Amino acid sequence: MDGVLASLAQAAPFLLKGAVYTVGLSVGGMAFGLLLGFGIALMRLSGLRLLRWPARVYVSFFRGTPLLVQLFIIYYALPQVGLRLDPISSALIGFSLNMAAYTSEILRGAIASIDRGQWEASYSIGMTPGQTMRRTVLPQAARVALPALGNSFISLVKDTSLAATIQVPELFRQAQLITARTYEVFTMYLAAAALYWVLSTGLSWLQNRMEARAGRHVRT
Amino acid sequence: MAAMIEATGLTKRFGPTTVLDGVDLTVEKGEVVAVIGPSGSGKTTLLRLLNCLEAPDGGTIRVGPVTVDGAKPLARQKQAVRSLRQHVGFVFQTFNLFPHRTALENVIEGPVIVKGVAREQAIQAGRAVLAQVGLAEKADAYPARLSGGQQQRVAIARALAMEPDVLLFDEPTSALDPELVGEVLSVIRGLAAEHRTMVIVTHEMAFARDVADRVIFMEGGRIVEQGPAKAFFAAPTEERSRRFLARLHGEH
Repeated sequence: MDGVLASLAQAAPFLLKGAVYTVGLSVGGMAFGLLLGFGIALMRLSGLRLLRWPARVYVSFFRGTPLLVQLFIIYYALPQVGLRLDPISSALIGFSLNMAAYTSEILRGAIASIDRGQWEASYSIGMTPGQTMRRTVLPQAARVALPALGNSFISLVKDTSLAATIQVPELFRQAQLITARTYEVFTMYLAAAALYWVLSTGLSWLQNRMEARAGRHVRT
Repeated sequence: MAAMIEATGLTKRFGPTTVLDGVDLTVEKGEVVAVIGPSGSGKTTLLRLLNCLEAPDGGTIRVGPVTVDGAKPLARQKQAVRSLRQHVGFVFQTFNLFPHRTALENVIEGPVIVKGVAREQAIQAGRAVLAQVGLAEKADAYPARLSGGQQQRVAIARALAMEPDVLLFDEPTSALDPELVGEVLSVIRGLAAEHRTMVIVTHEMAFARDVADRVIFMEGGRIVEQGPAKAFFAAPTEERSRRFLARLHGEH
């Protein structure tokens, strides 16, 4: 038992450093994914086929192919055509592009779910389409989208472990590196799992808080 | 003096159906006009065209100083459309309050965001219009906590806060439980007493007779008959108006 605790104490700084990468990749991937996803959602809701069509193909591709394959294309295949990216950039780009496909579908559904009367009421007091989107539709759509976005985010936290395969020193990669030296496979992978668990439950808690906050106006 | 609203040749088609067939409408400043008619007669479409919530297929709309040309797409006269809407308050059948904003926030949204009024000043004015519709004490309530009648009164306050030249009401009491109709009608009565220019699409015939200066009866996308409210209800001249009123009386 003392041996286990000692090796955990020794491993802790590395695992925690890995966890920082995990959180960074998750938050970054989610943030860029949301921005890009919002743009794609607007394209899909557009009246112009020229905008809708590429957005559909984008979503179809990134949802229809494995994230691991996408990461390998970015990190291993792109250098062959002259685009060389470091592991962390590759991972961040991969996660962002992939998340954008999922968040765009969530946002598209949420925006479309807002009653037409809300647009009309905004227009009737002279608001522009942009003001209506920002002030009337998005705040309501955000509440609709929040549970699904939260679930996607928690999936992303766990999926960042795939970045271990392209040399990103995130949590799972750190665990692998330690076990390669010490052969403490059981302890280290269990410790990594525990840290992932802590991260995702913490995020679930945060998600519930945000949902409650966003739903204030419907509580009666 | 020029009329407040002057619409000529208003036409609207949905696919193969012509829902509005070259309607002319003039409303004087301070006049209250009630528009009645069977469902599908085009009365709601007429109202929605006056606020450009529907794009006309032909005709022109002038409200106060602003003119919108129905022959051109609305997208090519955005400034005129937005300016027209600031002159026109619209009250929807289903209220369409912003559910994520309190009653007061609903009311100040237009002044602050569209007109650029200072927030403090808008709040003061907003409280005053909420008081006018009898809801001063509900300023901080979210719409979900208000009854249908209260929601509709907030919606009226939201329209009033923009200080419009004209108020349009699209069946303002049709979505309300019967016991809540009275409070909304009495607010509209109060506005009529202030000599506000209003066009009201309604099924409340007694209300139309009491409040309106003029009644317009529509059927099949056209104005069939119009005249002073009291005279119209006492003795409609057109056969179709008579049939419509007789059917309503038969129901009661």
